[in-house]
Amino acid sequence: MSAALNGLTILAVCAGAFFFLAGTVGLLRFPDTLSRLHALTKADNLGLGLVVLGLLFQAEGLLAALKLISVWLLALLAGATVTQLIAHTARPSGPQA
Amino acid sequence: MAFDIGLALLVLGVGAWTVAARDTFAAVVGFVAYGLLLALVWVRLAAPDVALTEAALGSGLTGGLLVSASTRLRRAETRAVDERQPASLRLAAAVLCTLVSAGVAAIVLLLPEPAPTLAPQAMVNMAATGLGNPVTAVLMAYRAIDTLLETVVLLLALVGIWSLAPDRVWGGVPDPRHQAEPDGRLTFIAQLLVPVGILVGIHIFWVGSVAPGGEFQGATILAAMWILAMMAGLVDAPAVSRRWLRLMLVTGPAVFLTIGLTGFAVAGSFLAYPEPHAKLLILMIEIPVTLSIAATLALLVAGPPERAPGR
Amino acid sequence: MTEATLYGLCSAALVGVGLFGLIMHPQPLRKILAFNLIGGGVFLLFGAVARRGAAAGLGGDPVPQALVITGLVVAFAATALAVALLLRLFQETGRATLGSDG
Repeated sequence: MSAALNGLTILAVCAGAFFFLAGTVGLLRFPDTLSRLHALTKADNLGLGLVVLGLLFQAEGLLAALKLISVWLLALLAGATVTQLIAHTARPSGPQA
Repeated sequence: MAFDIGLALLVLGVGAWTVAARDTFAAVVGFVAYGLLLALVWVRLAAPDVALTEAALGSGLTGGLLVSASTRLRRAETRAVDERQPASLRLAAAVLCTLVSAGVAAIVLLLPEPAPTLAPQAMVNMAATGLGNPVTAVLMAYRAIDTLLETVVLLLALVGIWSLAPDRVWGGVPDPRHQAEPDGRLTFIAQLLVPVGILVGIHIFWVGSVAPGGEFQGATILAAMWILAMMAGLVDAPAVSRRWLRLMLVTGPAVFLTIGLTGFAVAGSFLAYPEPHAKLLILMIEIPVTLSIAATLALLVAGPPERAPGR
Repeated sequence: MTEATLYGLCSAALVGVGLFGLIMHPQPLRKILAFNLIGGGVFLLFGAVARRGAAAGLGGDPVPQALVITGLVVAFAATALAVALLLRLFQETGRATLGSDG
């Protein structure tokens, strides 16, 4: 049972790491600020979410699992707000053609 | 072990980049990343309390301070000529730094074996303090005088910063006024995050008596929430001459000092706790000290007064 | 090589790198950054010593760890004061360097 849980953890964390890698490649290779922000949010939401999902299998008890999920939610909140603020600075006139 | 080698190389690399970066803002960002990586190193060194303090204070608050400073100094950056130091100075500095590094490395490699440690003595006496976290026991019981002096040092730094105000705004309000946009993103996250952050800060302070955490880490989070509220324009920074503000700042160290002095009468020496009441006394010290330190840290980041009081 | 020794050597390198930055950069804000780098290295040295003192069921000696926490707080206070001084210098003179020319 614990071997299956460890296997699931490794799978999920590897998938999360792949999204982090993709986000970093996007940060380095995309041409302008807005597309880089787009790449970074993938790392934040999906990457961190998968890593947290993998760690949930290793958590001891409901409280630890809830703490892990709240970490992910807080990182989402901070990341989304900062992304909006940076995007507003980069293109103050808002979305346009 | 491979993970440790990788982490050490990464910390070194980010540190070297912080020194070598051309743009000051890039260097500050590198410094924040360096602080977070150091927090990981502290976890690897089995010091979770220090990791919390490094991440919150060393990387978070210091990073915020340095980012705002580098933004304000950007005009001076563009005016400053790119001064390249002469090659002889670079060589001499490199030789000196290599010698210093080699000296510290020699110290590390020549540390005595077996390592002297105070851990057994700390554990033996912890039952008397009623605490479950040995680092908190050291901070609040064995070396309480260091913590008392530390709170006073924070206050002195704040007085130093306040004394930098120009005469016309003496005793005034720090920070430029931030306008709160009712639908703004910063307002949204401040309204959402500040209550959660206050809860988290109080939790980390409270749990510090039995688990990693403590008053400095909790106070840093509370200070960060106040700073966020000020930045979003939800609250205005108080004028530094306000009596309630000064009372709040002074209460923590004053309570600490009073309990320390009563230790003379009750238990025989300064900051001695009578054994059955040790936990209660430590709690009575910790609560006002946490509030005072939170206010002090937030005001240290806010800086010297910039607007006249009663504006 | 134990992890404590590894991070101790890392701290030695950090002190060297920070000292180089402190000497070479003319701008005071970069000097403050380099000074904090040196501080991080010194605290890491304490951490290595604390790790080696693991005994009595603990992962590390708590006394150096408490000293490092105190040091971190005081270092932040010093950085805040230094940055405030620098910003005031910039307000008064319009320059952010301490050079006597230019």
